[in-house]
Amino acid sequence: MKHLLNAGDLDIAEVLTILDTAETMRDTNKRSIRKLPALAGRTVALMFFEDSTRTRLSFEAAAKRLSADVLNFSAKGSSLSKGESLKDTAQTLAAMGAEAFVIRHSASGAAHRLAHSGWIDAPIINGGDGTHQHPTQALLDAFTMRRHLVGDDRLGKDLSGKKVVIVGDILHSRVARSNLDLLSTLGAEVTLVAPPTLLPVGIGNWPATIRYSLDEAIEEGPDAIMMLRVQHERMTGSGGGFFPSPEEYHRLYGLNMERMGKLPSHTILLHPGPMNRGLEISAEAADQDRSVVLEQVENGVYVRMAVLYLSLANEATA
Amino acid sequence: MSILFTNASILGAEPTDIRTEGATIAEIGTGLPAGDSLVIDASGLIALPGLIDLHTHLRQPGREDAETVLSGTKAAAAGGFTCVHAMANTTPTQDTAGVVEQVAKLGKKAGYAYVQPVGAVTVGLKGERLAELEAMFESRANVTMFSDDGQCVSDPVLMRRALEYVRSFGGVIAQHAQEPRLTEGAQMHEGDVSAEIGLAGWPAVAEESIIARDCLLTQHVGSRLHVLHVSTKGSVELIRWAKAQGINVTAEATPHHISLDHSKARSYDPRFKVNPPLRTETDIAALKEAIADGTIDTIGTDHAPHPVEGKDCEWAAGAFGMTGLETALPVIHHELVNSGILDWAGVARVMSTKPAEIGGIADQGRPIAVGEPANMCFYDPDAPFTVRGAEQNTKSTNTPWEGVTLPGRVMHTVFRGHLTCREGKVTE
Repeated sequence: MKHLLNAGDLDIAEVLTILDTAETMRDTNKRSIRKLPALAGRTVALMFFEDSTRTRLSFEAAAKRLSADVLNFSAKGSSLSKGESLKDTAQTLAAMGAEAFVIRHSASGAAHRLAHSGWIDAPIINGGDGTHQHPTQALLDAFTMRRHLVGDDRLGKDLSGKKVVIVGDILHSRVARSNLDLLSTLGAEVTLVAPPTLLPVGIGNWPATIRYSLDEAIEEGPDAIMMLRVQHERMTGSGGGFFPSPEEYHRLYGLNMERMGKLPSHTILLHPGPMNRGLEISAEAADQDRSVVLEQVENGVYVRMAVLYLSLANEATA
Repeated sequence: MSILFTNASILGAEPTDIRTEGATIAEIGTGLPAGDSLVIDASGLIALPGLIDLHTHLRQPGREDAETVLSGTKAAAAGGFTCVHAMANTTPTQDTAGVVEQVAKLGKKAGYAYVQPVGAVTVGLKGERLAELEAMFESRANVTMFSDDGQCVSDPVLMRRALEYVRSFGGVIAQHAQEPRLTEGAQMHEGDVSAEIGLAGWPAVAEESIIARDCLLTQHVGSRLHVLHVSTKGSVELIRWAKAQGINVTAEATPHHISLDHSKARSYDPRFKVNPPLRTETDIAALKEAIADGTIDTIGTDHAPHPVEGKDCEWAAGAFGMTGLETALPVIHHELVNSGILDWAGVARVMSTKPAEIGGIADQGRPIAVGEPANMCFYDPDAPFTVRGAEQNTKSTNTPWEGVTLPGRVMHTVFRGHLTCREGKVTE
């Protein structure tokens, strides 16, 4: 794995390698010192052109637990408004010794461009690009689902036949795109639920069932339900008018206890965070036992450890 | 100066000799004596009337880092063009008699092609109030075509007024059809590829709704409309309908919109970022059909040079636009001639005769015949070459054809009896 740009680029063997490696990383939790020497002396650059505290901290924790040194670059606001050049920033960090780059950027394709432009020669890990992809989020979601839905004998196993419902702003969601790609590779059946205004043109060709009704999707008894964050700025007419009001959105697409009650007892609830309580999810639903939201955050560190390890370990032997 | 081109094939016909005398074509025939003429062997070359581009961005004044009138017209000469229409989105904007005269003067000084400025429709391209259209027409630049290209005249009342106003002197409004609200933040064609790669979509209907409106406005006020860079099947169908109604509308397609589709965006390489965006295979087929049946009247390059930093970046930060003057004819050869859609006479029609009519250029777009102005292009259809942006005459390198081998090349260009390009090289 030279780069991790797109969840859809991974074949089933690569996905299972990452998930299984993440299980090994998770086992380090049982040690008194939760640190591995695997990347000692290696340097990872975190380039965050877009604010994302939790993803940045997660990658930083992952790198440090592998004993890597971290170069942290973060730009407030967009690269465009501040004039930072992606090319110059990457080349500067490379000159400082960075050997792998995690990039978060508001522009779709920024990670792809960095990997293929010839500006630098190093593994690129996409930490989220615009409305395109967030592959490590998909990996941590799949990792979390596998732990709950496959059980103790999960190493080497995929998610064949598992039913996953993803609800909300599919149009702008890199999480939805990445998850759909990865879950399809893992053999899961995905249903996407949103009002038509929040579904992209051409979605009919995606390997998913499309529904406008959350209640219909719930009736099918999914094994996992993932609620996507609604971005406040897009809620009403002045900011884009994708739906008439927060109240109407919550009524039609919000996950509340009544809807939770209609789900099978084993169904787990995921959310990439941060949650808008009272909008895509009620406070009660967010806090009940079947929510694995905090587990997702924890698992994110193990998955990112696995990705960094596999990227740099392969780099060393290439 | 007299030049004798021997064994040239005028529009693909049997080889013949063509002699120029000064700025005029003096003789055509076989076995013409050399006399004092400069003799150029044109065996195997197709002779076309000098090409005319209704849609060139020369960037000067204001963005001389991207292009100047001199470098842009050198690129024109290398591409077989003897006339370019310089779009108005310069800094300052070409919205006064003074600025259009400045651009025309720079063109005259450069001497590589006739530079006909296009006037802005609205002051500063802001879409708020009409520029002094009549003053630009009356100026020494004699502007007859007006466009806010780069921006759409989206206000229907303002568009109506512009169409009405230019009737008094026979002007034409060239519209960049883009409904602004439907394209806010747009980065590429809205479709399955944009959905897949997460770039904000530019829906076809944003172009089509403006064309439909403008055709009806043109009919209502009895004026002339030219639609720039048509890119969708729906637009073609609207223009075909409008022409059938007798509405005085003409239309243009670019070489890149008839040859490249939106899947190019998967590379996230901003060289393929253009406005309007590259569309689908279905749209490309419709554009070709429209060129064949005359619904699309002209090929315009929309030559849009940008400095390196405008393209050596991530897609969203990249500028819209591609260079095109030096690749237009080979691309048309590949896409339209080799596929049997146009013969060489057809190429002359869409790249010279019709543009001259629409742009009101009297001494260009004329047939290659005795007594006509000596504006010609000699094209070798059997000289494939690999495009290298850095080797072109334009100051910018943002060609979508980088590394691509095109089937033929312009060997000689004659502008008013002078060789502006010889053996594929721009003359000094």
